[in-house]
Amino acid sequence: MGLYRDEGVVLRTQKLGEADRIVSLLTRRHGRIRAVAKGVRRTSSRFGSRLEPFMHVDAQLAEGRSLDVVAQVETVTPYGQPVCANYGLYTAGTVMLETTERLVAEEHEPALQQFLLLVGGLRALSQQEHAPGLTLDSFLLRSLAIAGYAPSFSDCAHCGAEGPHRAFSPAAGGLLCADCRVPGTARPAPETIELLAALLAGDWEVADASEPRIRRETCGLVSAYVRWHLERDLRSLVYVDRTPEPNGTVRG
Amino acid sequence: MYEGIVQDLIDELGRLPGVGPKSAQRIAFHLLAADPADVKRLADVLVEVKQKVRFCQTCGNVAEDDQCRICRDPGRDPTVLCVVEESKDVVAVERTREFRGRYHVLGGAISPIEGIGPDDLRIRELMQRLADGTVTEAILATDPNLEGEATATYLTRLLKPMGLRITRLASGLPVGGDLEYADEVTLGRAFEGRRAVDD
Ligand SMILES: [Zn+2]
Ligand SMILES: [Zn+2]
Repeated sequence: MGLYRDEGVVLRTQKLGEADRIVSLLTRRHGRIRAVAKGVRRTSSRFGSRLEPFMHVDAQLAEGRSLDVVAQVETVTPYGQPVCANYGLYTAGTVMLETTERLVAEEHEPALQQFLLLVGGLRALSQQEHAPGLTLDSFLLRSLAIAGYAPSFSDCAHCGAEGPHRAFSPAAGGLLCADCRVPGTARPAPETIELLAALLAGDWEVADASEPRIRRETCGLVSAYVRWHLERDLRSLVYVDRTPEPNGTVRG
Repeated sequence: MYEGIVQDLIDELGRLPGVGPKSAQRIAFHLLAADPADVKRLADVLVEVKQKVRFCQTCGNVAEDDQCRICRDPGRDPTVLCVVEESKDVVAVERTREFRGRYHVLGGAISPIEGIGPDDLRIRELMQRLADGTVTEAILATDPNLEGEATATYLTRLLKPMGLRITRLASGLPVGGDLEYADEVTLGRAFEGRRAVDD
């Protein structure tokens, strides 16, 4: 049984037996892996908080028959600390972890782009570079795009006719032209479509300047898009907390 | 796969927390080989515990009555409330003999990825208990791990406007683990050294 070393982000932990946990990690080179962390729930554990969700770690693992075993672990960046100290960040960040786990379905299949997106998303979230809701929505659109579900926010998603178009359909994969549009399709505000495109492209100048009303509509459409393209609902999505923090920063 | 009832037993055991298919099989065969009187005692206590034990209407701790032993005890300080995740944490804190107040058992920690939100815990009951102003200090003694911390963060935001003193156990408690595994001395010190949550 070989040893290997890789960096990764802890996506989820599950209790196992008396004091162990199964840790699900998205690693840079080995894709998503599940490994046993022995004794981690004892307060005397040498792993400490390094194997908590959100932690970016450098780990040495021993290959096992069904599950690998964590041998050693060092912290690269402790994203868990800023995230659990702010409830809005915790709930938004949890959606990122669950989405990643869902989109990287196969274990041991390298998923470098998803890994880099997740690390970038957690950094932006924990440093509050943008409103957490915007960071989350941008992450969701890009993560789906990497997985092959890139939405179209300019040309018609059905016939390819050049935009701008007004109708948005999650099922069709984005905007629809007047000919392809089916009755009952949402017609968001033009600024909402502009914000969706900015979040997908990472145009933060446009995104940061958007109004709360537009952010709310955008968030609803992103949620609908995510729900359509992931077969089962994300459990964590309904718990995203957008309450403004006491210091006055408004989340969108 | 085994025949009928043996497989049923393995399946039922496999539903218990922390019991995988292999352990379920091991326990099932242990029971099959065991003395019938021993197995009957186990079966009786399982039935009895579900009939007799309830959850305290006040604090959510396990109780054999409407109220638990601690809530009924007039010697316990009604002004200090220790908020924990599970009944087993009450046992852990009681072992330290440091705490003379009362408890509130949430029934878990907020974990969106497991589908557990604030409304799934006994948080509304906590708010109702705090409403009359008897409690002047709430000690947030959730597990020293990420979900426990996030739950404490949520509770702090919720309770702060009520004007009571909110404290967290001292940071001497090693992080990443379950409260129930902290030894008495460490947990006792963490209680003594508890600090007010500043923002
Ligand atoms: Zn079209
Ligand atoms: Zn009670």
